[in-house]
Amino acid sequence: MVRKGTFTDILFLIKYISAHILFQREMERQSVVIAQRKGTSRFVRILDHLSSKAWARYLVYVFSVLFFFALILIPPIAGIFQKISLFGEVYATPELLARANSAILWSFITAFTVSILDLVAALPLAWFIVRSRSKLISLVDTLTDIPFLIPTAALGYSASLFWSKPEGVSNLFGMETFVQPGFLLVLLLHFAFSYPVIVRVMVGELLGYKEVYEVAAKTLGAQPLTSVRTVTLPLLKPALVASFLLAFARSLSETGATVMVAGGFENGPVFIFNNVDNESVLVYVSSLLIVTSVGIFFLVRLLAPRLRLPFRRAWPDFERRLSSPASAKLRDGTTIATFLFFVIIPSLFVSLPLVNALADGTLGEALGGVEPWISFRDSMVLSYSIGLISTVVNILIGLPAAVLIARKRLRHLTPVFDALVNIPIIVPSIALGVSLRFFWAAFEIHEFWVLVLSHTTITYTYFVMSMAASVESVSPDMEEVASTLGARPFAVFRRITLPLTKYSAFSGAVLVFTRCIGETGAARASARTLKTVPVLLVDWILHGTASPSESALGIGFLILASFAILLILRIVIRGKR
Amino acid sequence: MPSVRLAKVTKRFGSITAIDNLDLGIEDGEYLCVLGPTGSGKTTLLKLIAGILKPDQGEIHIDGKLVNDVPPQERNTAYLPQDYALFPHLSVIENAAFGPTSREIDREQAIEISGKMLEMTRLAGRAGSFPNELSGGMQQRLALARALASGVSLLLLDEPLGALDARLRVELRYKLRSLVKDEGFTAIHVTHDQEEAMVVGDRIAVLRHGQIQQASIPFTIYNEPKSIFVANFVGGANFLEGFISERGPSGSWVQLRNGLAVRIKETGYSPGERVVLAVREEMTEIVKPAKRNGETNVFAGTVTSASFLGSLIRYEIQLENGDVVNSRMPVSLRNDSVLSGERVYVRLQPENIKTYLSPSGGLYIELEAV
Repeated sequence: MVRKGTFTDILFLIKYISAHILFQREMERQSVVIAQRKGTSRFVRILDHLSSKAWARYLVYVFSVLFFFALILIPPIAGIFQKISLFGEVYATPELLARANSAILWSFITAFTVSILDLVAALPLAWFIVRSRSKLISLVDTLTDIPFLIPTAALGYSASLFWSKPEGVSNLFGMETFVQPGFLLVLLLHFAFSYPVIVRVMVGELLGYKEVYEVAAKTLGAQPLTSVRTVTLPLLKPALVASFLLAFARSLSETGATVMVAGGFENGPVFIFNNVDNESVLVYVSSLLIVTSVGIFFLVRLLAPRLRLPFRRAWPDFERRLSSPASAKLRDGTTIATFLFFVIIPSLFVSLPLVNALADGTLGEALGGVEPWISFRDSMVLSYSIGLISTVVNILIGLPAAVLIARKRLRHLTPVFDALVNIPIIVPSIALGVSLRFFWAAFEIHEFWVLVLSHTTITYTYFVMSMAASVESVSPDMEEVASTLGARPFAVFRRITLPLTKYSAFSGAVLVFTRCIGETGAARASARTLKTVPVLLVDWILHGTASPSESALGIGFLILASFAILLILRIVIRGKR
Repeated sequence: MPSVRLAKVTKRFGSITAIDNLDLGIEDGEYLCVLGPTGSGKTTLLKLIAGILKPDQGEIHIDGKLVNDVPPQERNTAYLPQDYALFPHLSVIENAAFGPTSREIDREQAIEISGKMLEMTRLAGRAGSFPNELSGGMQQRLALARALASGVSLLLLDEPLGALDARLRVELRYKLRSLVKDEGFTAIHVTHDQEEAMVVGDRIAVLRHGQIQQASIPFTIYNEPKSIFVANFVGGANFLEGFISERGPSGSWVQLRNGLAVRIKETGYSPGERVVLAVREEMTEIVKPAKRNGETNVFAGTVTSASFLGSLIRYEIQLENGDVVNSRMPVSLRNDSVLSGERVYVRLQPENIKTYLSPSGGLYIELEAV
C-alpha cells in the first residue's frame, strides 16, 4: 500500500534507489562467483555430458560394485578359505587348539563387557553435552574427540603408563603397579577407546531427536526419568544398537594397544600377533573370528528391531526422587569423573614422558637423524603414503557406492549391499590382514600394495557409510529440481549434492585417514618386512628397544603429524567454499 | 510455447496405482489447476510430466513430441516442489542463475536473465542473501524466479502456495496467476484447495485415485459437477438419498426416506432407480413458515445449530423425515428470527437439484475426501 504524501514518497524513492544500488553491487560481486563457476574445465563438461547417457552412469555404478566385491569383500574371504585345509594341523596339537579357542572366546567376552559398560557410562555424558546448560560443555565435547584422534597404539602405551607403571596412578597408592598387565588392564584400555564412539553417535542422535515427544510425556504426568526411559530411549534404540555395535567392533579389532597391556592374557588379536609365523593357527583363529563376528553382527541386526526395552511400567515416587536436581547433579558429577579418570587422563598420560623427551635431549637426537629415528622416519613416510592412497581410493570408489545406498538405486538389493558394506569394520582387522596376506601372496604383488589394499579394506565402510547417511539427508526434491532446471546428472551431483554433503565427505575422509595411520593389527598381519608407524612403536615398546622418552616422542610426532594434516585439510576445504 | 498431452498414462508404485490410465491435454498458454485430495496422484502427475518419473504405460507428449524417454534436463519444464527445494548453499542470485548456467548460456547473459527475473519477482534487493534468510513469500517468489530464469515456458507447480500462511496464500494467488499469464507461460498448478483452484485456473481438472473425474472451466465444475465426488469436493453440498417414484415429461418425483417426496427436473432415470440428490448449501433456502406450507419442495424442519462464518451464516436443519441439510446465506440476508431449536421451512428449487445414480459402494465412500 502506497500512502500519499511527500514524505512517504521520498522514503519510498530512497528505499528503491538503495535497493537498486545494492542489487547492482551484488550483481558485480556475484558475477565474479558465476564467472568462476563458468570456468568449469572442458573435462568436467565432458563428464556432465557423459552422465546424460544411461550406460555411462551404469558403468560408474557397476565399477564401484565390482570394486567392492573384487577388492574389498572377496579377498579376505577367499584368502582364508583357500588355506582351510590347514585346520587339521591345529587339531593335531590340542594344547594350541585350546589356547586358540580360549583367545577367541575372551575376545568376545571383552568386547561384550566393554560395550555394555561403555553404553552405561557414556550415555549420560552424551546427555550432558546435548542437554546441559553448563559452561563446561564445549570443553567436554572437545575432550571426547581426543581418544579418536590418537592412534590406539599410543593410547595403549599411555594407559599402561598410567595404570601399571610406578609413575602413574600407582604413585597415589604407594604401589609398584596398581593394575597388572592382563585382562583387567585390557578392559580398562578398551573402555577408554570405545567410550568416545558411543558419545559421538549418541550426541548426533540426541541433537536430531525431537524433544517434543518427551515434553508430551511430561505434560501427561511422567517424571523426567520416566519419560526418558519409556519414550526417548525406545525411540533412540536404533542408535543405541548402532553405537553398541561400533564399540563392540572397535574392541574386537584393536590389536596394537591390547598387545602392549595384555601381559599373559590372550584374546584373538593378541594370539594372532604372538603367532604371526604359524600359518595354520593364523588360519584357524582368523577364520573363526571372521565368521563369528559377521554372524553376531547379522544376528544383532536381525534381532535388534524385535528387541523391546523392558519395564513399560512406571514407579512415580522412586523415579521422581531419581529425577530430582540433586540426583541429576550427582549423575553428572559421576559421569564426568568417570570420563576424566577412566578415559581422558589415561589417554593423555603419555604427555608426561613426552615433556620429558623434549627436555632430556631425545628431541635433538631425533632431529639429528640417528637410529632408531631413521627407521621411524621411513615408517612415517610409509604410513602417510598408505593413508593418503587409501583415502583417495576410498573417496573415488566409495562415492558411487554411497549414492547407490542412499538413493536405493539397487532397489530391493540395497539392504543386502548395505549390510555387506558393513562387514569390513565388523571383522577384527588383524584377521582381515592375515587373510589378505594369503590372498595377495598368490598374485606376487609388492608388500607395499598389500598394505595399501588391507588399509583400504578396513576403512572402506567408514567413508561409504558416513557419505551415504549424508547423501540421504539431501532431499531428492533438490536434485530433481536441479535436473528439471537443465542440469545433467553429474552436474547435479557436482553442484548440489556434493556441496551439501562436503562436511560429511570431509569427516569421512578424515576418519579413513586417521584410521589408516592408527591401524596396528592389519598392518602387522599383512606385511612381513615393512613396518608402519604403529607397528614400529609397538615393537619399540614391547621389546624395550627404545627408551620411554623415545617411545613417547615417537607417539608425539605421530599425533602432531595427524593434527597437522587435519588442519591442512580443514583449511583446504574451507578455502574452496 | 508448449502444449502437453497425456495419453493412457499409468504409473504404479508396487501394488499402488498412482496414475491410472489417465488422459489429459493442456493447451499452450493455459493455466490448468489439478485439484484433488491428498494421495490422489497430483505430485506423481507433475513428476511424470517433468520426467522425474517414467510412466509404466502410455505416452506423454510435449509440443507434439513424444517425451517418454527424454530426461528431465532436456524437457524444458520447471518443476517446483511444495517446499520449493531452494538450494541452501547458493545465494539468491546463484539460485536464480542455476538454470541458465546449467544450460551453458554465457555468463553475462545468465546474470542478465536471472537479474531480470529477480527484479520481476521483487527480489533484486536480496540478491546476496541465502534462502534461509528469506520469508516464506520471498522463498516462493525465488523458486518462481529460478524456474523462469531457466528459460522454460512450462511451469509445474506443486502446491506452490501450500507452505504459506493463510492470508499470504490468498494474496499471492492473484499475483501468481497474473505473473504467469502476463509472461505467457503454460502452467500446471496442483492443489487440494478448491477455492484456490477456482481463482487461479483457466481450467480445473479434478483428480481422484489417479484418474481425471472432470476437467472443465471453474464455472462448469462448480455448477455442473459430473459426479457426487466432484460436487462434494468442489464446494460441498447437501446429499439426499432416495429413489425415483414417478417420471413425467416435465420432471420426476424422488421419494426420500420416510416418504418425503421431492420434485426434480427431468433426468432420464426410470422409476425405481436409486438416486442421490445434491443441492448446494447456498441454494438451500430457509423460508418464512406461514404461507409456504403445502407448496412443492418446501419441507418443515428444526434448526439444530447455527454457525457464524463471518460474511456467511450456516444453519443445520433436521427435516421431518430425519435427513439433515445445511443452509448457508450471507449475513446481510440473515433472518433474525431464525434461532437454534426453531421450526423452519426449507425450499429446494427443482432447477438447483442435481441428480446422480446412487453409487454402488454407497454414498459414504463417494463423500470421502480420498
